[in-house]
Amino acid sequence: MSEVTTLDLKRVEAEATDKTTFGFWVYLMTDCVLFASLFAVYAVLHGNTFGGPGGRELFKLPYVLVETIVLLTSSFTMGLAMLALQKRDKQAVVGWLLVTFVLGGVFLGMELSEFHAMVTEGNSWRRSGFLSSYFTLVGTHGLHITVGLIWMAVVGIFTLKKGLTDTVRKRLTLLSLFWHFLDVVWIFIFTVVYLLGSLNI
Amino acid sequence: MIGSFAIAWLGRLSWHAFPQAAVTRGAAVGIVLGALVVLTLLTYFHKWRWLWHEWLTTQDPKRIGVMYVIVAVAMLLRGGSDAVMMRLQQAVSVGSNNGPFSPDTFQQVFSAHGTIMIFFVAMGLMFGIINLVLPQQLGSRDVAFPFMNALSFWLFTSGMILINLSLVVGEFSAAGWLAYPPLSELKFSPGVGVDYWIWSLQIAGVGSLMSGINFLVTIVKNRCQGMTMMKMPMFAWSVFGSMILVAFAFPILTVTLTLLFLDRALGMHFFTAGAGGNAMMYVNLIWAWGHPEVYILVLPSFGIYSEIVATFSRKRLFGYTSMVWAIGAIVFLSFTVWLHHFFTMGAGADVNAVFGIATMLIAIPTGVKIFNWLFTMYRGRIRFTSPMVWFMGFVFLFITGGVTGVLMAVPAIDFQVHNSLFLVAHFHTMIISGVVFGFFAGLTYWLPKVLGFRLHEGLGKIAAWCWIIGFMLAFFPLYILGLMGATRRLDHYDASLGWQPLFIVAGIGAAVIVAGIVCQLLQLAVSIWQRNERRDLTGDPWNGRTLEWSVPSPTPFYVFTKLPVVTERDQFWADKQAGKKQGGYEDIILPKNSGVPIIIGGLSFLVGFGAIWHIWLLAIVGLLGIITALIVRSMNDEPEYVLTAKEVERLENARRRKLKEYAVYE
Repeated sequence: MSEVTTLDLKRVEAEATDKTTFGFWVYLMTDCVLFASLFAVYAVLHGNTFGGPGGRELFKLPYVLVETIVLLTSSFTMGLAMLALQKRDKQAVVGWLLVTFVLGGVFLGMELSEFHAMVTEGNSWRRSGFLSSYFTLVGTHGLHITVGLIWMAVVGIFTLKKGLTDTVRKRLTLLSLFWHFLDVVWIFIFTVVYLLGSLNI
Repeated sequence: MIGSFAIAWLGRLSWHAFPQAAVTRGAAVGIVLGALVVLTLLTYFHKWRWLWHEWLTTQDPKRIGVMYVIVAVAMLLRGGSDAVMMRLQQAVSVGSNNGPFSPDTFQQVFSAHGTIMIFFVAMGLMFGIINLVLPQQLGSRDVAFPFMNALSFWLFTSGMILINLSLVVGEFSAAGWLAYPPLSELKFSPGVGVDYWIWSLQIAGVGSLMSGINFLVTIVKNRCQGMTMMKMPMFAWSVFGSMILVAFAFPILTVTLTLLFLDRALGMHFFTAGAGGNAMMYVNLIWAWGHPEVYILVLPSFGIYSEIVATFSRKRLFGYTSMVWAIGAIVFLSFTVWLHHFFTMGAGADVNAVFGIATMLIAIPTGVKIFNWLFTMYRGRIRFTSPMVWFMGFVFLFITGGVTGVLMAVPAIDFQVHNSLFLVAHFHTMIISGVVFGFFAGLTYWLPKVLGFRLHEGLGKIAAWCWIIGFMLAFFPLYILGLMGATRRLDHYDASLGWQPLFIVAGIGAAVIVAGIVCQLLQLAVSIWQRNERRDLTGDPWNGRTLEWSVPSPTPFYVFTKLPVVTERDQFWADKQAGKKQGGYEDIILPKNSGVPIIIGGLSFLVGFGAIWHIWLLAIVGLLGIITALIVRSMNDEPEYVLTAKEVERLENARRRKLKEYAVYE
């Protein structure tokens, strides 16, 4: 019989995690391109108000600032969950995930009520090219947040039921990457859409 | 009450959705009958269980590759019939004769032809060949994410079914293969045709994006021990370049299709003619994806030619490093030229000049590659096998196409030939010789590895010659017609123009190409018939150079009994020269089958169908189903199994015994 190697399962697992993490980074880059396209579309259309209101009339900066602080805080608490993960403290991981989930939910709720207010005032996405691109860009971010929240709920339940196994740890790490990524995208939305939009340039 | 019920459950769907015209009705009946025959045969021969376990749920890239190729070949026949219909119409629809097809049918036919050929033939063949070859070339057993690989395939297939369903239920887009607005907006295309176009591409496109990520990670992370990037086979490099383009370009397509759908379904104003929309933005966005798409398709084909030329010249590839740099340059430049598709839109002379020069620049790395292949052949001991016939045809035609391309890169000339048949002839020269010939050559080259027997060489050569000659007959007249002023997408023209003889020649060319396709099908059939005499017992039928030839044909599902170690570029060739053989046994981890990818494919079909017909309930059910399926999948903690070294050895010995039986036929 020829030479036989047995599997080093630890190494196999490490390689798989390495691959998944790298793959997830590549996915995030493709998502970056997706948002970049939407930003480009917004940049082209942001002046096309077609006689309707522009950003200056529509955006309430203090409200959006609160939204922003809520989302940034959720990113911070997600970081705390990751620190707890490093210490293998399951209770703390679940606790911080829950805080993150609530903050994410508050952010989403605030965004939806902002949208709702605009639509009821007659400024829906049908009003103008500017509003179409506004709703789509910000809404796509909101959709990502929704996916993140579903994911968070699922991984949270897994953490509770299975404990911090290799798979669960891997998924938590990817989730936190995703969540921070959405945070970065929001910072661009806050700057480009809301801050610059309020200046009306 | 009944009204709201109908809207929830049927949306826009009604009895009128079923085809009224004779042509589409015939096609619809054909599709339905064909599907029924396949289903009956499967039931009659009790093959459902076999189909489910061996194929539909598989995560083996070799099998997924075969399925991609089967779908793509079926779609080649569909897109090919569209082409024949167009040639027929333009050959006879002169003066008082209005041809066999109504203008509306004709528009649907050319829209479907372009869409199907690019998305479901070229992309399908490309992903098929990559799946069949790439992991083995890298000295690996699998792609980085086998589950996602299967999912990509089923999304691709789901999109394919959707686009063909448009023949049976409803209609297809009549707005051209890229559906420019405002024509593709609701106001001018109120039917479901454009929605069919959007959703079949959207679903298949998401699959392609996932494939892009998958193969990119595979190349970066799954290379065997010792295989540095600069020791990879050239095909792997070309796929690397292509997949980088997929990762950067396909998200743009996803966005563009979504925005068009939002315009049509929710009354947004991205590309509408009024309310602040900007149709020119669509043209920019679609080509920011579309131009890289050309290179996504052509790079892997270049990689295939690199492998073939080296093998059949019995020399190592000339200028490996310059090839890698050429791929890098093409990847970069392909994102800087999209505006040359619409010089006439009015961006201004300076902008046009920049993009014109960038377009000419891209001819340089492409030229480098052509010269490298020619220098590889120089002083090589060339064997003129059928893959080489495809290659020689490619070199000649591709240079013709390249020269016309550089011509049109001059904006002043482009203004003259824009939207003419000259352009149609140019891009068909590039795509057919650059992409299709390459994939055919690749299939002829690698199918012995997949099937375990060689293909009939004589029929293969006849097929290649039919394609080359048929191509010249079909498209060279179009160059002339274009210069004479014939615009593309004509369903009728005046007899006094004197175009008919050239259109008839083009029609004859199409017939010769059809003869080539028949020869290819015949080649496959004859080879399967004579498979016992044609059995490839060595695993290395062409005296190959790269690792895929070091394993037996057909490749065992575990590929390598022990992963190889690489020190050279053409490792297998070096091993043969040194009289070495890599071997041994090891425990192997393989993915288990999973039904989730095909289920998600089916659910995304429901999402697409619901969105097309505005049956929103169905779309939501499909979406929730997809989320549930993903959660169920994520609960599976044991997606893999271990094949022990002992078991591998037993399988190997059984295979060797089988080989001895086959050897009787030799």
